[in-house]
Amino acid sequence: MNNQSEQAEIVRRSLKRRYRKERRFRSYGILAIALALGALIILFADIIGKGHTGFLKTTITLDVEMDSERMYLEDPTNPDEVRMADFVEPLIVSLAKILPDATEDDRDALRGLVNAYSANQLRNELTANPDWMGTTQTITFLANSNVDVYVKHKGDDAYSIKLSEQQQAWVDELQERGVIETRFNDVFFTSGDSRDPARAGVLGAIVGSLLTMFVTLVLSFPIGVAGAIYLEEFAPKNRFTDFIEVNINNLAAVPSIIFGLLGLAVFINLFGMPRSVPFVGGLVLTLMTLPTIIISSRAAIQSVPPSIREAAEGIGASKMQVVLHHVLPLAMPGMLTGSIIGMAQALGETAPLLLIGMVAFIVEVPEGFFDAATVLPVQVFLWAGSPESGFIERASAAIMVLLTFLMSMNALAIWLRKRLERRW
Amino acid sequence: MNTMNPGISAEADARHKSDAVIPVAEEKPEDTVIEEGKTVGKAFADNPKYKLRHVDVSYGDDRAIKNISLDIGRNEVISFIGPSGCGKSTFLRCLNRMNDSIESCRITGQLLLDDEDIYASKKDVVELRARVGMVFQKPNPFPKSIYDNVAYGPKIHGLANRKAELDDIVENSLRKAGLWNEVKDRLDANATGMSGGQQQRLCIARAIAVSPEVILMDEPCSALDPIATARIEELISEMSKSYTIVIVTHSMQQAARVSHRTAYFHLGHLVEVNETNKVFTSPQHDLTESYITGRFG
Amino acid sequence: MQPVTLFFITLALIGVAYALGYFRSRALAAPMGGIRHLKSLPGYYGVRAAMWCGIPALIVLVLWASFEDQIIQLLVLGSLGPEMVPKSIGEASLLMSKISNVASGALSPDSVKEPIANAAELLKTLRENSETYMTLLVLSVAVLAGFVGWYRIQPRLNAREQVESTLQWIFFACAGVAILTTVGIIFSVIFETIRFFGMVSFTEFFFGTSWSPQVALRADQVGSEGAFGMIPLFTGTLLISAIALLVAVPVGLFSAIYLSEYANKHVRSVVKPLMELLAGVPTVVYGFFAALTVAPFIADFAQTLGLNASSQSALAAGLVMGIMIIPFVSSLSDDVINAVPQTMRDGSLALGATQSETMKQVIFPAALPGIMGGILLAASRAIGETMIVVMAAGLAANLTANPLETVTTVTVQIVTLLIGDQEFDSPKTLAAFALGAMLFIVTLLLNVLALKIVRKYREQYE
Repeated sequence: MNNQSEQAEIVRRSLKRRYRKERRFRSYGILAIALALGALIILFADIIGKGHTGFLKTTITLDVEMDSERMYLEDPTNPDEVRMADFVEPLIVSLAKILPDATEDDRDALRGLVNAYSANQLRNELTANPDWMGTTQTITFLANSNVDVYVKHKGDDAYSIKLSEQQQAWVDELQERGVIETRFNDVFFTSGDSRDPARAGVLGAIVGSLLTMFVTLVLSFPIGVAGAIYLEEFAPKNRFTDFIEVNINNLAAVPSIIFGLLGLAVFINLFGMPRSVPFVGGLVLTLMTLPTIIISSRAAIQSVPPSIREAAEGIGASKMQVVLHHVLPLAMPGMLTGSIIGMAQALGETAPLLLIGMVAFIVEVPEGFFDAATVLPVQVFLWAGSPESGFIERASAAIMVLLTFLMSMNALAIWLRKRLERRW
Repeated sequence: MNTMNPGISAEADARHKSDAVIPVAEEKPEDTVIEEGKTVGKAFADNPKYKLRHVDVSYGDDRAIKNISLDIGRNEVISFIGPSGCGKSTFLRCLNRMNDSIESCRITGQLLLDDEDIYASKKDVVELRARVGMVFQKPNPFPKSIYDNVAYGPKIHGLANRKAELDDIVENSLRKAGLWNEVKDRLDANATGMSGGQQQRLCIARAIAVSPEVILMDEPCSALDPIATARIEELISEMSKSYTIVIVTHSMQQAARVSHRTAYFHLGHLVEVNETNKVFTSPQHDLTESYITGRFG
Repeated sequence: MQPVTLFFITLALIGVAYALGYFRSRALAAPMGGIRHLKSLPGYYGVRAAMWCGIPALIVLVLWASFEDQIIQLLVLGSLGPEMVPKSIGEASLLMSKISNVASGALSPDSVKEPIANAAELLKTLRENSETYMTLLVLSVAVLAGFVGWYRIQPRLNAREQVESTLQWIFFACAGVAILTTVGIIFSVIFETIRFFGMVSFTEFFFGTSWSPQVALRADQVGSEGAFGMIPLFTGTLLISAIALLVAVPVGLFSAIYLSEYANKHVRSVVKPLMELLAGVPTVVYGFFAALTVAPFIADFAQTLGLNASSQSALAAGLVMGIMIIPFVSSLSDDVINAVPQTMRDGSLALGATQSETMKQVIFPAALPGIMGGILLAASRAIGETMIVVMAAGLAANLTANPLETVTTVTVQIVTLLIGDQEFDSPKTLAAFALGAMLFIVTLLLNVLALKIVRKYREQYE
């Protein structure tokens, strides 16, 4: 007994030291979680901080006088001649009118305030309304992207302001007078890519992503589910099916860029399919997501209890009927969940698409599976690499759009799992 | 918790009356009603090691232990018997606070070890467990060498200052567990390579290496063959000289062979406690009788 | 007709075949006293007819669309006569582009030799006719096979069995796509790799310490020889992956330990999805973060310490890659730690060990093989990661271990070499495939090893 109480005393004396160690160990865990979540918060804060201004555009509203003389027109009634008129001049004139300190030498500086496309816009509007000739109209133009950057990021060292001091003073003044305003950036959602950040949008990339995802979904879901059914229900246990199994597990961990090499070598060089098109992108992403879908579908099939199978077999259903009528419907929610997660992965994938040429600069919104297109993550990549500072906020805004899509897909998967998955 | 459900009291009375007459064979044990907090037999002792009063354990909304009061004497071997799910293991795990790791588990009542409340907020669980060792249902040696398994407890508690002391503790513990002669030549071998019976004796050696005062055993022989079981039972009898042993068992024969007292649990109630031979020869409660005569289990 | 249109017409034909098969089986059964006398349900006869109609037609369609260009090219080049047959693949593609330029009118037929002008004519007619031939072939196969399938319907025919065994074959083919993918990967890298080693020696590639694949545009240009030593790429990849693992392994492991051993249900239910969120962020976003936020920050910070850091430092790419891998390591470790049986924990706790002692001395050693497997998988992922390094690591192939300098990686070079137009004969393009082959082999070995370790570990506790 003495031994026991003596040892109890030793234990009691060591407790303080041991609990200090315990607390330290525990705090490492908390620190690790704090680091991981801190990184997550910084990442999101950074993207939102950089990107929220991407959803705003800067406009400049001018009273434009359509003076045929100023536009160097001899016959203002001749539409062919009107189309060739000088549309920059009226813009400069109307700007000069509201900025009295501007002189004749400042023409280029004034011109640098409005977007390069504004003259085209004016021409289109005048062609649509020929009766405007000779009148003064109030028209809203996009500001030059340098003005856009200045208005949004005045005083931020991270952005280089490309306006002269005189221009900056003008912009400040016009902003105060309400001529230059920022408003919701509808252009961002209604146009394709552009060399001019102020006119660049994600619509082309979104449509490209949707087309690519459609091909991926249509191919990978049926093939993945059918493959999973074969492996789970029909495959004999032999070396070959073991090999398929090992193969699928390894494919799931092959770097995605390897699939890009495959797409380039097989689909483009061997089969002669066109580059940069959603169809080929979809094929490549199908091969990439298939392992994920097969693995999750197999898990879903495994979770269907054998009693269901036995019950169906017991009344004389064939193996295929058991599978198609009973196992498949019961496993479907799990399969769908896995497939949505696989699709979300595919939607965020960039590297393999770079290799099959989906990085081209494409202005038009694609209309079919064989039109040259790009996808959202690649658009982010392209903009992030642009030297113009206006593209940084566009890239961040595009990331926010991409993340919104991904989170909705994941939320859908979680909802499906909660709603439809049965617990046996 | 002590208030009785008034709806069942009449029936309980009826049962007490029928105590006098010979129990009706047709009566199903499920129909018998247990009075909460009431234990037949000899539940209390003088100067006990454990003094347990009105212990209640619940998992979320399920009450697993219902108002149990019991004393466990010094150097006593007491066995807990009862049908599966009766709460005997849960109760055992309260004695060294192994239920702490289950989030939803709540324990009320008074549990005193040498008159110290083991659930007091200041009470240290590490110290408690150094005093109360435990052996589990399935042998659970660590995936380490035999030596390291036994040395694990003394090492973490700092019980040995030198390697030689540690060697002594390991040897003594293995001797006490009756394993020394079998393993002395392969102390560096991995413990997972031993037979089930050897593994369980190793776990006992591991527990006694920290010189506990109490050893809790949760169905220690249920995964073992009869020969290994016999060796463990022998060991328990020997160990009862220096330790208080609480053993949960499924086997009534085992309880009869090794224990001084036997406690019968039923659906979270402690129905009857008494000297082992009394419980098995003349049970006082008809539930106990039904159980030991094999009418259910 | 376009292949897509043709595809939808074939689908319509399949529908028709189903209906015809269905009604024929009913019609055959009617005089015998109803569908009871059929061997299978009428629907199965319909599906059987649809399969007869659709499967061969779709196979023909896919094959034609896939190999159309190759066959046309073969025919066109074959028409040139023996003296003009190209000697190499490069020559063939050059010749072919010339011919197709003539055919499309970009090049005047008068400016080229007569056989080429003739070949261009042939190409033009072949292309025009090809679609017609394909349409005719596919539709006639569909109709003929569909008719045979329809005609052979008899009451005694076990349509169900045939349909089911065909379906089973289709399912088998779908599972086989995985094998085809692997075969495709191997073949797509192996041929180009062999050709690469025909131009660049083995020793130069594996032991050369200089990498500058910029082969000159003109063959006679000065310095037209590129250097193809992969050592700097290899060390660059290793450096960035090592930084990533240094971040991800401790953070991931400790968060897994905390979540599985200490955190209560509420904390777990909040933290785990957040960690998964980190895993769901696309790599291009991490690349953006690394290139535009972390890298400038590190460069500035190093400057305040008086150090010289590149604006594309290995540290920035490695750190962000580490953040990306954290959830990967933590979820794998979580699985592995949870696989250690509870009895092991109980055994240690019952001896009076604290939770951290239990973790460090019992659970961790027991889980070590599984955790090692997880780390190997994480390493394979770090090595194969592309977007972060493409955006945040540089192109300069420096042989350095300084994390503040710019290094380049295997994946960066693959992307850089293959983006944009490629000539399929230059060692520059082929080098990308050789690098791809190395990457595939290394990650495959890591994966196989890791999966083996993890599986063995799991079996130990089952």
